[in-house]
Amino acid sequence: MGLLSKKDAKLITDPLADNNPITVQVLGICSALAVTAELKPSIVMAISVMFVVAMGSTLISLIRNIIPPKIRIIVQLIIAAVLVIIVDQVLKAFAYELSKQLSVFVGLIITNCIIMGRFEAFALANSPWRSFLDGIGNSAGYGIILIIVGFFRELLGSGSLLGFKVLGDSIEKTGLYAYGYENNGFMLLAPMALITIGIIIWVQRSRNTALIENN
Amino acid sequence: MAKNTESNVYTVLFAIGMVLIVGTLLAFVASSLEEKIAENKRIEKQQNILYAIGINDNDETSVEFVSKSVVGAEFAKYITKQFVITGTEAIEDPNAYLIDIKKEETEAKNPNYKRRLPLFIGEKDGKTLYVVPVRGKGLWDAIWGYVALDDQLVVQGVFFDHAGETPGLGANIKERFFMDDFKGEHILDGDTFKGIAAVKGNVDPKNLNKTDFEVDAIAGATITGTGLSAMLKKDLAMYVPYLKTLKQ
Repeated sequence: MGLLSKKDAKLITDPLADNNPITVQVLGICSALAVTAELKPSIVMAISVMFVVAMGSTLISLIRNIIPPKIRIIVQLIIAAVLVIIVDQVLKAFAYELSKQLSVFVGLIITNCIIMGRFEAFALANSPWRSFLDGIGNSAGYGIILIIVGFFRELLGSGSLLGFKVLGDSIEKTGLYAYGYENNGFMLLAPMALITIGIIIWVQRSRNTALIENN
Repeated sequence: MAKNTESNVYTVLFAIGMVLIVGTLLAFVASSLEEKIAENKRIEKQQNILYAIGINDNDETSVEFVSKSVVGAEFAKYITKQFVITGTEAIEDPNAYLIDIKKEETEAKNPNYKRRLPLFIGEKDGKTLYVVPVRGKGLWDAIWGYVALDDQLVVQGVFFDHAGETPGLGANIKERFFMDDFKGEHILDGDTFKGIAAVKGNVDPKNLNKTDFEVDAIAGATITGTGLSAMLKKDLAMYVPYLKTLKQ
């Protein structure tokens, strides 16, 4: 591979599975609960976080040698917040519709633990290019879990995917509903997001036993 | 690099520099985009009002406003008059839709302030519709909307929006399945104002009973629903005395 060295490629592939920020490091759970009741917001959130983590990590890495260690957390927080605000303003001016959909996520992006986690653990000690790749990899790993959870919650909770009623109409009793199938309203509530993530963690660990901690 | 990034002086200087750069950058971005954002909001208001009276590009299930390019012309065509109601007076004002409801709400806390209530009058298919703006509190943030009534004070259409309700739950107040339920609902019981409440365990999920002053609430969005019911009750009530004069 010409573009990425083996070591660099690992920065992207690792967080997708064996070092996933949600299922292995258990970071970013809060937003994973909040936005996954439907598939579409999950996808939007995944993309937004990817943008902020990748850009932020690169920026932090560029100035990593001049950041005073005493206030480094504040500096990281400011960079994340500034990026988010700028994106929000630009969207409001040029893509108003999209900004309306994102509204609630903007605040959630800043508070995402993955962002601070990657800035602190990786970007402060690595070159900009590697930090950028690390940002992409981690946010992709985060995004995949969000999309999987969003997929099941919307399908089982509302009987739809991206708003399309794939299982039929629950009030008119068509499709699957004609046979007595009912939506599980519990899927839409936050506890089921946690349980779904728990199931994903269980499946992942039973397939890869190296992830199981020994007590 | 012999720079001592640990020293207090450096830390303070860095912090000041950072604040200056970031502050300037944000101020620059905000002020250069301000006009465009305000214009987008103005267009959105027109789209929302038109949506409430049923002028939209909806297909079967989607919520689509009329496109930006035609909204100005459509607004002028369908919204024939706009009034500002202060106390018992109603004055015609072609820019009544620009009144900031939130600001009026805050100002109204001052007992000497006479709150200005905008009212939009639309003509559609030979019918006269009265569009009332409403604003209230959801679970996380503000919710607002527009309710279109006919001269018998029966709801002909609504539009709701929110600043930050939970996606998939409270945010569904701006979905078709919820907003369409309001069509045909009555807000007056004989002569008494009742409002419309979003109620759980509603025995009428297909919403065939239009005089129960209830619509089916959204599961998992109790607080948003309660806030919405309260909003309709509070804000419609302000207009009812005026609208009742139309009924006679």
